[in-house]
Amino acid sequence: MNMIFNIINSMPGAVAQGLIWGIMAIGVYITYRILDFADLTVDGSMCTGGAVCVMMILAGYSVPVAMMAAVIAGMLTGLITGILHTFMGIPAILAGILTQLALYSLNLKIMGKANQALNFRNYDLAISLQYIRKFPIYQNTIFVIAIFTIVIIAVLYWFFGTESGASLRSTGANPNMSRAQGINTNFNIVLGLMISNGLVALSGALLAQYQGFADVQMGRGAIVIGLAAVIIGNALFGKIFRNFALRLLGVSLGGVIYYIVYQIVICLGLDPDLLKLLSSLIVAIFLAIPFWKKKYFSKPTKGVNSNAKAE
Amino acid sequence: MLKLSNISKTFNTGTINEKLALDNLSLVLNDGDFVTVIGGNGAGKSTMLNAISGVWGLDSGSIYIDDCDVTNMPEYKRAKFLGRVFQDPMMGTAADMEIEENMSLALRRGKRRTLKWGITKAEREMFKKELEILELGLETRLNDKVGLLSGGQRQALTLLMATLQKPKLLLLDEHTAALDPKTAAKVLELSDKIIRSNNLTALMITHNMNDAIKYGNRLIMMNSGKIVFDVSGEEKQNLTKEQLVELFSAAHGGEFANDRILLS
Repeated sequence: MNMIFNIINSMPGAVAQGLIWGIMAIGVYITYRILDFADLTVDGSMCTGGAVCVMMILAGYSVPVAMMAAVIAGMLTGLITGILHTFMGIPAILAGILTQLALYSLNLKIMGKANQALNFRNYDLAISLQYIRKFPIYQNTIFVIAIFTIVIIAVLYWFFGTESGASLRSTGANPNMSRAQGINTNFNIVLGLMISNGLVALSGALLAQYQGFADVQMGRGAIVIGLAAVIIGNALFGKIFRNFALRLLGVSLGGVIYYIVYQIVICLGLDPDLLKLLSSLIVAIFLAIPFWKKKYFSKPTKGVNSNAKAE
Repeated sequence: MLKLSNISKTFNTGTINEKLALDNLSLVLNDGDFVTVIGGNGAGKSTMLNAISGVWGLDSGSIYIDDCDVTNMPEYKRAKFLGRVFQDPMMGTAADMEIEENMSLALRRGKRRTLKWGITKAEREMFKKELEILELGLETRLNDKVGLLSGGQRQALTLLMATLQKPKLLLLDEHTAALDPKTAAKVLELSDKIIRSNNLTALMITHNMNDAIKYGNRLIMMNSGKIVFDVSGEEKQNLTKEQLVELFSAAHGGEFANDRILLS
């Protein structure tokens, strides 16, 4: 009985955290699904967003300004990975890892130490885990993050429908064709990485306010959680959410479900130390499913190229 | 309109696989030329088209389109002059995007891509009309993902996309080689129709001697990165397959017995 009460009691927090990570997962969706670029920068840029936001607030800047600065800092991290990949020819995954590692040092330098606290009593924060219950709805943290999510989805839906956004989608879908149609694929890769990491940093800025501190470890494994949210969203809502905006919503809900399951598993008494192992396992299995499907369950089809030589 | 002067390209320089793919090649195309290109495997046909497209830089030589020096222009910028159809039907279209999205991307070739909405209503109507020309029933499937189409349909669509924005030069890189004979013949007819009705300048690589003779007003044969035979006008019209095969064997010095060109 007590356990069920604990689970129910932890739900608002799980939903709030899930929505925050959902914004991060939307960033991952842009690189991983749209650009076909496994970007590991996010493990570093998540913390960069939180660190910049906290330090700006501590330095006396208003919360909106601090969050804007966090987004810009995140976009710069994407720019760096993009330059490493396009201009310097470093493979996607390695480019992300290099930026991520460099950011560990930078994040320490931004904060001056490994952890910086932010007291919600002294500042007018956008969200906080203290604002979850018994607050008017427009101040309620879940409501505020939901608004952020909806605005982000709306803006992305608009952007990816424009000429420029469509060329970004085609860059991920078929770079050869894109160049043949006069699209600067390198520019689009950099642009996509900047948008993605901007969102990840925004998520980091929200998370830091929510938990009341920024920590140099806060982005560790973020890419796996982001991928988990993308995969859960696709697995549960892929069949019904065909529209692009709904797909992004599915990713955000994927983040929420991830955190609800996470809370339940903790309340059930699983050793929290094992959670990252569990996350990795789940993501690995879900990533393997399409491969297995293709390898073991697909019917042999007549390939387009099979009769090429027989002319 | 196209001028290649002394272009050379070596792949894998300094390794055991070093290959001189283009050897001081020069070629001038006139406006409205429809040139068929033949040659054995490794003769440098595709390499020449890739050089024109700017897939990589040249070792030496220069490329002019009209009076514009494009030698060092990146591939995506050069695209405004060129329409391209590839051998692989998967290469010319984005499978995960809708037919109309693919076409709207192609319609904006050579133009700035702004924050205006990607497809307009008027364009949609225009796409329908253009698709009707293909006679494949695609005009009712504008919102279908291109991945759902067959190889032949995708090649026909790629061809249409390459010419939506009238290119200065159309490059067809064995674009029917991966199709079954019937579909190949249809796509080829369609290419001819589009080239003639728009009065396009085109380079078409083919492995089929009959097609090389039947289509176009000029024929070039390549071997070892060079043009070894260049014929146009009446002389080309009067070519027979036998003459061509003879020329071909002469150029290859007998080593061409294994080439799949014999099969055609």
